[in-house]
Amino acid sequence: MSKQGLRDKIKQAALKGRKALIPFLPAGFPGKQRFWEEIMMLDEHGADIIEIGVPFSDPVADGPVVEGASIKCLAQGVNLEWIFAGLKEYRPKLTAEIVLMGYFNPFLQFGIKKLMAAARETGVSGFIVPDLPLEEAKPYLGELKAQGLEYIPLLGLNTSEPRMEEYAEMDPAFVYMVSVLGITGSKVDINQVLIEKLKQAREIFSCPIALGFGLKSPEQLGTIGEYIDAVVFGSALIKHIEEGGTSNDFMARWG
Amino acid sequence: MKKGYFGSFGGQFVPELLIPPLEELEKAMDKFLSHKDFQQELKNILTDYVGRPTPLYYCKNLSQELGFHLWLKREDLAHTGAHKINNTIGQALLAKYMGKTSLVAETGAGQHGVATATAAAMLGLECIVFMGAKDVERQAINVRRMELLGAKVEPVHSGTRTLKDAINEALRYWISHQQTTHYCLGSVVGPHPFPLLVRELQSVIGREAKEQIREKTGRLPGMIIACVGGGSNAMGIFYPFFEDKEVELVGVEAGGSGTPGSYHSATLNKGTAGVLHGTHTYLLQTDEGQILPSHSIAPGLDYPGVGPEHSFFKDCGRARYEVIYDEQALSAFYTLSQKEGIIPALESSHAVAYALELKGRLKGDDHVVVNLSGRGDKDLGIVFGLE
Repeated sequence: MSKQGLRDKIKQAALKGRKALIPFLPAGFPGKQRFWEEIMMLDEHGADIIEIGVPFSDPVADGPVVEGASIKCLAQGVNLEWIFAGLKEYRPKLTAEIVLMGYFNPFLQFGIKKLMAAARETGVSGFIVPDLPLEEAKPYLGELKAQGLEYIPLLGLNTSEPRMEEYAEMDPAFVYMVSVLGITGSKVDINQVLIEKLKQAREIFSCPIALGFGLKSPEQLGTIGEYIDAVVFGSALIKHIEEGGTSNDFMARWG
Repeated sequence: MKKGYFGSFGGQFVPELLIPPLEELEKAMDKFLSHKDFQQELKNILTDYVGRPTPLYYCKNLSQELGFHLWLKREDLAHTGAHKINNTIGQALLAKYMGKTSLVAETGAGQHGVATATAAAMLGLECIVFMGAKDVERQAINVRRMELLGAKVEPVHSGTRTLKDAINEALRYWISHQQTTHYCLGSVVGPHPFPLLVRELQSVIGREAKEQIREKTGRLPGMIIACVGGGSNAMGIFYPFFEDKEVELVGVEAGGSGTPGSYHSATLNKGTAGVLHGTHTYLLQTDEGQILPSHSIAPGLDYPGVGPEHSFFKDCGRARYEVIYDEQALSAFYTLSQKEGIIPALESSHAVAYALELKGRLKGDDHVVVNLSGRGDKDLGIVFGLE
């Protein structure tokens, strides 16, 4: 159900002749009320899938922009209860698919069963968990599948072919290729290594491929457009809002 | 048991981008740790450079007072003044065998940073150390020491600006420098295989202690006591006694000031299980899974997590973990200095304090070994500041 929903969104974008757009915004950023307004705006202005960040005190895969934003959200008391309560209200108004991106510990403490039930109830399609690689995710995959929820794997420039094959066996809705050997907000270098890795991923995965980390504008993509189906942007959007912009004008860049 | 797990604790909760370097490290451990060239080279360095074996010292004065036999494993006499060097020398040598040219490390108070910088200097490796900005201010001398040894110290301004944030930053650095750099993690924490690697390198403490106590008393001790922050000195002395069920293993955690509601570092006693820094273990955290700040008078115990194998030892009952408060540790710091002429690190003072608490509770022929993990010169600023 969620799998098809996510894939359809990406396919519809392709039919319109563009990459699917996947903005990331930490829950509660830049303020508790404004956050939902930004989400509505992202939805209205072309977001196909929206990643809502679940803030964590120790976000090891993130650069200073996302970490700084997350810590501000935590200080305002943002937690999973607040996110699900907000989704209950706003999810019915959104056409984009919703995934939660967050580190494992807040999910674990919330309770995995309770998490899945709340996700189903509020229309969340899946999870991106940057510190839950294949081996650690395995114990939960059966239940996720039974609940019609998706685990979206991250892949790196250093992920081996056999490992990608293992991820492919999970038949994910889509996979998320990290564009750099680095953290979110890193400077991206669109180079041959990335192109080769994307080509390899294309051969191994039958599902769509999203590219993320360090993406700011469509011009950056250049020639790699043909190897990807979707783009994820987080740090650049956060910075844009911090500098006084809105999701609306940020999305216009990608329109 | 699942690979990389101790019961339900341990694992590899890291970004996918760190899986390849962790696998590379695991393979290198298999290949080199048991290789005789590596073992010989490590042994030579430990003997001639670190000063091993460290003595097992009998505390004549205190034993008389306490009513049982008290022994100290003198890790304070190792080069750089603490057990930390056993780990950093081993990891630096392994990094060389792996063809790495640099080490990255985290440090809290600076002890592990100094030990890493030392090993890097001796083995000709580059060294970068991440240290919380708050700690950089508090531990200026150790920053100078690391720089003197040729390391680059990077202050970390994110989060609580202390050890846990320095670990985050070191992991981030490692993601982007994994080809040339080995992450020299300072305790039996972090993702698999670090808890195994650090345990292996620190087990030299327990192996020596076992041989020494047998030689001196003809038997094994009734109890071994060690302080636990991340838990590397404790695991180092406990592990070789794991099968010797008659030896009681006691880990001592830092209770902080003991004021209700104040921060502390007694993770195993007061924490709950969760995931931090790549491993499933006991943590100090909120109900929502956010990591809490920790506190101890002993900077080296100031960490909101603990090695996953200690979590396992606690749950299966092989070791027990007790709490000592700042004031008791401080009192033990003075007692050991005055009665035996040994100034202990504030970390080790927690273990000494627990031994002192046993006065009158053990039999006259009982033998207790305390792991004196480090020397206290580094702590004079803290102690005099309180006087």
